[in-house]
Amino acid sequence: MEFVNLTIDNKTVKVEKGTSILKAARSVGIDIPTLCYMSLGDMNIENKPGGCRICVVEVEGRKNLAPACCTDAHTDMVIKTNTMRVLNARRTVLELILSDHPADCLICAKSGNCELQDMAHKLGVREIHYKGEMSTYKPDKSPSIIRDMDKCIMCRRCEMMCNQVQTVGALWGINRGFEAVVSPAFEMDLEKSTCTYCGQCVAVCPTGALTEVDHTNQVIRALADPNKTVVVQTAPAVRAALGEEFGLKPGTLVTGKMAAALRRLGFDFVFDTDFAADLTIMEEGTELLDRLGKFLNGDKEVKLPILTSCCPGWVNFFEKQFPEMKDIPSTARSPQQMFGAIAKTYFAEKIQTKREDMVVVSVMPCLAKKYECQRDEFATDGNPDVDFSISTRELANLIKGANIDFNLLPDEDFDNPMGDSTGAAVIFGTTGGVIEAAVRSAYELHTKKKLEKVDFEQLRGLEGVREATIDFDGLPIRIGIAHGLGNARKLLEDIKAGKSDFHAIEIMACPGGCIGGGGQPLHHGDSSILKARQIAIYQEDKNKPIRKSHENPFIIKLYEEYLGHPMSEKAHHLLHTHYFDKKNEFLIE
Amino acid sequence: MSSVKIKLNPAEVEKLKEVCASFGNQSGELINVLHKAQSIFGYLPAEVQEIVAQELNVPVAKVYGVVTFYSFFTMIPKGQHPISVCTGTACYVRGAEKVLDEFKRRLKIEVGETSADGKFSLSCLRCVGACGLAPVVLVGEKVYGRVSADGVADILAEYE
Ligand code: SF4
Ligand code: SF4
Ligand code: SF4
Ligand code: FES
Repeated sequence: MEFVNLTIDNKTVKVEKGTSILKAARSVGIDIPTLCYMSLGDMNIENKPGGCRICVVEVEGRKNLAPACCTDAHTDMVIKTNTMRVLNARRTVLELILSDHPADCLICAKSGNCELQDMAHKLGVREIHYKGEMSTYKPDKSPSIIRDMDKCIMCRRCEMMCNQVQTVGALWGINRGFEAVVSPAFEMDLEKSTCTYCGQCVAVCPTGALTEVDHTNQVIRALADPNKTVVVQTAPAVRAALGEEFGLKPGTLVTGKMAAALRRLGFDFVFDTDFAADLTIMEEGTELLDRLGKFLNGDKEVKLPILTSCCPGWVNFFEKQFPEMKDIPSTARSPQQMFGAIAKTYFAEKIQTKREDMVVVSVMPCLAKKYECQRDEFATDGNPDVDFSISTRELANLIKGANIDFNLLPDEDFDNPMGDSTGAAVIFGTTGGVIEAAVRSAYELHTKKKLEKVDFEQLRGLEGVREATIDFDGLPIRIGIAHGLGNARKLLEDIKAGKSDFHAIEIMACPGGCIGGGGQPLHHGDSSILKARQIAIYQEDKNKPIRKSHENPFIIKLYEEYLGHPMSEKAHHLLHTHYFDKKNEFLIE
Repeated sequence: MSSVKIKLNPAEVEKLKEVCASFGNQSGELINVLHKAQSIFGYLPAEVQEIVAQELNVPVAKVYGVVTFYSFFTMIPKGQHPISVCTGTACYVRGAEKVLDEFKRRLKIEVGETSADGKFSLSCLRCVGACGLAPVVLVGEKVYGRVSADGVADILAEYE
């Protein structure tokens, strides 16, 4: 390994050759402000288009200032990061950016969480000396995401996430100069593009250019309506991240406080998507064993591997990009939709309420769920099973807006019957969790033996693609795991080419799984936050008295009282779905 | 830039696929493929971009990004009589801009656009090597020299 020695602000620095000035400076605790640059360390994701020039520094002997994020450190360089010239240049650059940016911070959805706003604050901009034409674009509202390109600063982070990480290719930089902007092909609406609504672009956008569609007002209106019974469900990953919005350390579990907050907000029943995750395992696990059984009996028709189907971002991905494989994923609906279907039938009957008078709200780490709950197949007579899906961030806003002091709340429990869940359900929130939960139940159902140890360490981790072989009492079951759609694509290409030997594959659209979902508190590229959330999820699993879905007493009761058995006709009707070929749906004529 | 909807006939689709294949369907050849496609179709309608994207296995958003980035590419079909005004240095100093403005005014179009009746389209070119005749205007293959703003009406009249 070759090293270079240089001086930054009078400090001697030794770094590996090829390291940028920015990284060299940060390695010795010198911070250089950045705007377009972004690095998701552990995932090997780096965005450095060198576009914004906020990071300029003075290099002795060079006439021009150099952008630190995309200039390599060389031996004997003498660098100054905070001279008058540098500071003035940064302020000028920022003022130029701001001169083409709407100044509506007061009412912007990103306010308080905007990197451009922070930068203006940090550099002490009090006046914008440049006035000129402002670029305007037509606003674009899809079921999940709003694009307000007037606020785009062309950092191209979204393009990088959508193409390099997710390989979706919905967004790309178009035009040049003043008119340059990131856009779907032919400037069509996002809804018509290949977008999966994974929300990873929203999660990295430094400004208010990309935001989620906000449903908090609809929720408030439902809560205020005395004729509505309002039921809420919270996804597994929410409890491991919501606390961050209230200043708690990443990885703080706030399950009890979250339930208490929801009750204070006025929800009539505070339930848990985890209950539906247990139900998902019953259906998906049974389907897996069913297909596996047929396969082992030599049935040539049966499709393996079976792919999980609980992530709607992933469902959108294969419907749009791999429709020829749409009969491979499990037909089990996502936990959000299973919950809605059971809430508006079984539970509505129990409390003698008409489905029209019930409003089901879901709190999700996810933006794809906003679109999912609006799909036609998840409604009865026009009444959706899940009325509104809000993100973790939106829930935090609701709590703040209601003046609830979150950190002073007591720990409370979920209501019954749809609030009780097992450890298998909570791990749905992280990559590897769904398949581990499925294995716990499938193993016992298949071998009729009790698992000695329910922890399957070999399925855990944050590596993009993982595989493991689990011994089902003499039957080796091959398992694949991918998170991030780019990684999913690799496994799909293998299946397509007939090179896959897996029996079951878990796929999550977001890097890290739902803990890194597009609706979570922004991690601004700090992957230690993802790790902390993951640890919290496994901790919650450990804390649970029951850790296998098929042992959840309320699930057992639901089958006894209502559904019969997994994959029964009723279960099929309420808990399963079918997929569509959406590849050419949006091709322009 | 607005897209024009067309239906390519199967022979044209085949032709386009051959172009892609002649570049080995390599995504790195995107710009070259687009150049070739434009020389065949005269412009790059959305459908052409879709097919190129499919064949080269790149997102159509990227193809559109490239098409909109380089001013050489156009998504607007050329008129029956494409008009090019040279704005090279020699022509420019001799009043090419006034000539260009006169074409814009009379045809009610901007550079890069096609008149509503599809008859004329307007573009600028860099030096055509006929500086002695500056300012130079090309209509189709025909070269007009020493054009003045006053002469624009006569040129257009030839094609009415
Ligand atoms: S939501 Fe996901 S798929 Fe859609 S544009 Fe953003 S990154 Fe791409
Ligand atoms: S939309 Fe946001 S992330 Fe994308 S380029 Fe613009 S500012 Fe950057
Ligand atoms: S991984 Fe989770 S948060 Fe991301 S799209 Fe899928 S379900 Fe939503
Ligand atoms: S942060 Fe270095 S150029 Fe934008």
